[in-house]
Amino acid sequence: MSISTRKSDKNRSRTGVVACGALAREVLALQEQFGADKYELKFLPAKLHNSPHEIPQAVDDALSEIATRCDNLLVGYGDCGTGGVLDVVVAKHGATRIQGAHCYEFYLGVAEFTAIHDEEPGTFYLTDFLVRQFDTLVYKPLGLDRHPELLNDYFGNYTRVLYLSQTTDPGLVETAKHAAHRLGLRFEHRHTGFGDLESAMKGAA
Amino acid sequence: MADEEDDIILSELSDEELSEQMQDDLYDGLKEEIEEGVNIFLERGWAPYDILTKVLVMGMKTVGDDFRDGILFVPEVLLAANAMKSGMAILRPLLTETGAPKMGKMVVGTVKGDIHDIGKNLVGMMMEGAGFEVIDLGINTDVDKFLDAIEKHKPDILGMSALLTTTMTYMKVVIDTLKEKGIRDELIVLVGGAPLNEEFGEAIGADAYCKDAAVAVETAKKLVSQAA
Repeated sequence: MSISTRKSDKNRSRTGVVACGALAREVLALQEQFGADKYELKFLPAKLHNSPHEIPQAVDDALSEIATRCDNLLVGYGDCGTGGVLDVVVAKHGATRIQGAHCYEFYLGVAEFTAIHDEEPGTFYLTDFLVRQFDTLVYKPLGLDRHPELLNDYFGNYTRVLYLSQTTDPGLVETAKHAAHRLGLRFEHRHTGFGDLESAMKGAA
Repeated sequence: MADEEDDIILSELSDEELSEQMQDDLYDGLKEEIEEGVNIFLERGWAPYDILTKVLVMGMKTVGDDFRDGILFVPEVLLAANAMKSGMAILRPLLTETGAPKMGKMVVGTVKGDIHDIGKNLVGMMMEGAGFEVIDLGINTDVDKFLDAIEKHKPDILGMSALLTTTMTYMKVVIDTLKEKGIRDELIVLVGGAPLNEEFGEAIGADAYCKDAAVAVETAKKLVSQAA
C-alpha cells in the first residue's frame, strides 16, 4: 500500500517511511499528529513475519522505490528475526531504523524491554495490532484452530501474555485477555502508547 | 488418503507395505498408527534400529524435505514429530538393549534468555534417529550449565539453538568461554535457529550453522567422521 505519490523535487524534503503493516494504524496516527505533508508512507504486509528471511528483500525494494522521491528514509521495523540482515539493507540506503529487535521492543524502549524479558523470558507479547489479528496471524497459522493438541508444543514454555497497548480501548484489553486464556497463560497489561515509534517519526519529520 | 486408511489393517500388510504405510502415517501425524506399526514390526522380529532408521527416519526425511520446499508447514511438522516421538518412546529402551550403533554424543540446548525449543527438539530427535546419543539441556541454558554438561558427558558435539535476535548473541558467550577454558577445539559446535545464518555462525566461531534438522544431522555425521 503506497500513500501519496507526488513526485516534484520539493517533496524530496519529505521523509520516506517504509514500515511493517503491523504498525500502519500507529504510523498513520503519528503522521496525522506531526503533519501529513511531512511523510510519504509505504507499508509492507505484516504476514512477512511468518517468513522473516523475506523481510530484507521486501524492505530493500520498497526503499529503492521510495528513495526516488525522498532523501530522508526511516524504516519502521525491528530486526524482526532477520539476524541483522535488515540492518545491512538499512545501511545500504542510508536509512535509519528504530532501535529494537521487535516492534514490541520499541513500544517499551530497549532498556525496559530488556529488563522485562530478563525477568520473565517466557513472555508472549501482544500489541494492539496483534490483538486485533490474533486469530489470523497467531492462532490459525500455528494450526491451533485445527490441532489444539499442539498448544503445549508452541506455548508450553511460556508463562504469561503481556499486552502492550498503544491506545486506550477496553474492548481490546478484553480480547487480549481472552487470547491469553486460549493460550493457557497468565495475562498482564501495560499501556505503552507509541513508545520509540513516536520519537522516531517525530525526529524524522 | 484418510478414507482409505480407515480400511487398512496394518497387521495384514507385508513388511514393505507396512513400511510405506507407516511413512504415510508419519507424514499425516498419526501417532497411534505409528505406535501400532512399530509394535507389529517388533513382533515380526525387526531390529529396533532398523525400524527407526528404515521406517521412522525415512518418513521424517520426507517431512523435512517437504517442509524445506514449502509443501508442509510447522503444524504438520510438529504433528509428524509427535508421531515419531511416540514410536521412538517404544524403541529407545530397546535400542540400548540391542546395542544399536552409536555415531557420537551431542549436548544440545536453547541458549539463555530463550525459551523456544521446537527446532532444538526436532534436531535432538533426528540426531537420535541417526544414532547419536543426545543430552538435551532444555531451554534458557546458561554457559555454566553447558560447561557442566560438557564436563560430565564429554560430548563430540555441542548444539546451541535460539529463536530470538536478542538471544542468539549468547552463543558467542558460550563459544568464547570454551576458548578461555581451552576446550573449544575438543568439540564440534553446531548452531541453529530462525534468525541465524552462515555468516553469523562463522562470526561467532561455530563449526557450522545448520538451517534445519536434516542439515544438522548431515553436518554432524560429516564433521564427526572427519574428526575421527
